Amino acid sequence: MLMFTLKRLGLAILVTFTVSLLSFSLLFMAGDPASAIAGENATATDIEAIRALYGFDRPFLVQYADWLFAALSGDFGQSYYFKMPVSTLIAERLSTTMLLGVCGISFALLTAIPLGVAAAMRPNSLIDRTALFLSVMGQAMPSFWFGLVLIVVFSIQLGWLPPSGSSTWRHFIMPTIVLGYYAMPAIMRLTRAGMLEVLNADYIRTARAKGASETRVMFKHALRNAVVPVVSLAAVQMGFMLGGSIVVESIFALHGAGYLAWESIGRNDLPTVQALILIFSLFYIVFTFLSDLVNAWLDPRIRVG
Amino acid sequence: MARTIETVAEELRTPSPAAILRKRVFGHYGLVFGLCALAVFVALAVFAPLLTPHDPYAQDLLARMKPPFWMAGADPNHLLGTDHLGRDYLARLLYGARISLAIGLFAALISGLIGTAMGVAAGYFGGRVDLVVTFLINVRLAMPVVLVALAVVAILGGSLQVVVCVLGLLLWDRFAVVMRSSVLQVRDLEYVNAARAIGCSTRRIILREIMPNVVNNLIVVATLEMAHAILLEAALSFLGLGVQPPTPSWGLMISEGKQMMLFEPWLIAIPGVALFVLVLAINLLGDGLRDVTAPENRG
Repeated sequence: MLMFTLKRLGLAILVTFTVSLLSFSLLFMAGDPASAIAGENATATDIEAIRALYGFDRPFLVQYADWLFAALSGDFGQSYYFKMPVSTLIAERLSTTMLLGVCGISFALLTAIPLGVAAAMRPNSLIDRTALFLSVMGQAMPSFWFGLVLIVVFSIQLGWLPPSGSSTWRHFIMPTIVLGYYAMPAIMRLTRAGMLEVLNADYIRTARAKGASETRVMFKHALRNAVVPVVSLAAVQMGFMLGGSIVVESIFALHGAGYLAWESIGRNDLPTVQALILIFSLFYIVFTFLSDLVNAWLDPRIRVG
Repeated sequence: MARTIETVAEELRTPSPAAILRKRVFGHYGLVFGLCALAVFVALAVFAPLLTPHDPYAQDLLARMKPPFWMAGADPNHLLGTDHLGRDYLARLLYGARISLAIGLFAALISGLIGTAMGVAAGYFGGRVDLVVTFLINVRLAMPVVLVALAVVAILGGSLQVVVCVLGLLLWDRFAVVMRSSVLQVRDLEYVNAARAIGCSTRRIILREIMPNVVNNLIVVATLEMAHAILLEAALSFLGLGVQPPTPSWGLMISEGKQMMLFEPWLIAIPGVALFVLVLAINLLGDGLRDVTAPENRG
């Protein structure tokens, strides 16, 4: 288990460095950052001064190493637009995105697991077919469009929920639904498949034979085993979701990190964009690392193989 | 009823493989629906100039915001109404199908080439090649697609070609994962070993022995990734950092309609439904192909 953990940790760290290198090289794809900061009316000497001030005249790898060491201690440089440290800026916004992510994944799990269990209890029944139908529909629905439809129906027609902003819990209802429904089909299918597999196992037959009630068999014996892969999928989905929150946050003007990313891209504020790409990647890496560990801990075949 | 030689022969006569496949294909409603709907979209896109007399770019400020045919005050000249610049909405929708289909097709093609090459190499050669490919897949999965695509498109400028290339370079992960595991399943089968034993070149083994046996998985992933690319393009254009106006992209139409969705919800309903049905059709086609070609892999 220790070897497995170390291997995975090594991989995670290596991936993090590669992602950081890629996100840092964005700055150089953009052309000359110095003239971008200086603005359109700057003279050549102004640009030269800015280049020296920000250190853009040094070799690429030196700048990368510099950026990386600063980033390791939590310093992502200054935002071009806000003229304040990127880390402060992101720290302010991250809690909203985290909250949204937690709400989204909870919503997805709380709806998808019962649906998956119900579908597995009666394969090919009306419930099973409805659940499958919903998951196929859900996968085809563009999330930004789904968000707009919710706004039209619940904010404009019915007037129940605020269309945008992030000040109260009611602002989070629609974004949670939009972000959560995206992960639902996968979770539901996995729950259903897992339940179907587990229900054929010997210990389920034993439980039934000794007279355990159907509810007890379902929840105490079957679900507990079927839910393990679902939890690890949920962790991975959570990583994806935080990255996908950019769309949801921009629809609902929820001022989280995703919204900040969208604004910063529009403003060419590259230090902020680089830092956000790295942070969103880091979330994904940490979540998959943890889910790998949990899986290996629960299932010895993984850590040996 | 007496069993004669004839009836027994009839019972024993098994349907040909082609007949089994035909039955599977036409018995699969999702597949049939997906195929038909996709064919309709392709036809609409190809024959767009014949189906509407209007130019999707032509503005007519005297005929702005005409409602579609099911609402009062509709103009029979503009079946789906006109947008805020007086452009015919049906024409924009039809030409928009071209954009979506082209992006889906070419992005899936680029990512398919990259992902298949990586996946097949990893699966066939194993060892270090596999390690490197697996690592690259991990890196790719860790990067937030929407964010990276938005940033790169913003830097390079939003044109159709840039969006296609960026999506193509970002969506190869599933191809690589699926091709790697498919090749792993067949690379040590007897016929591959036989080909190796009689001294076939690696190239020949991969192209003639392995590829034909994994190509069904490739097609399934390609359809699903095509749908994925279409959704992503729409999202990027909706966020203002994909295809740029005045191109008639569906995502852009939804984004422009958003300003007026308070009073004119049909402006976002029409392109949204078109996008939804197209993606649904492609997904159903992909799922159907998977069920038909490899029923044992049904999820």
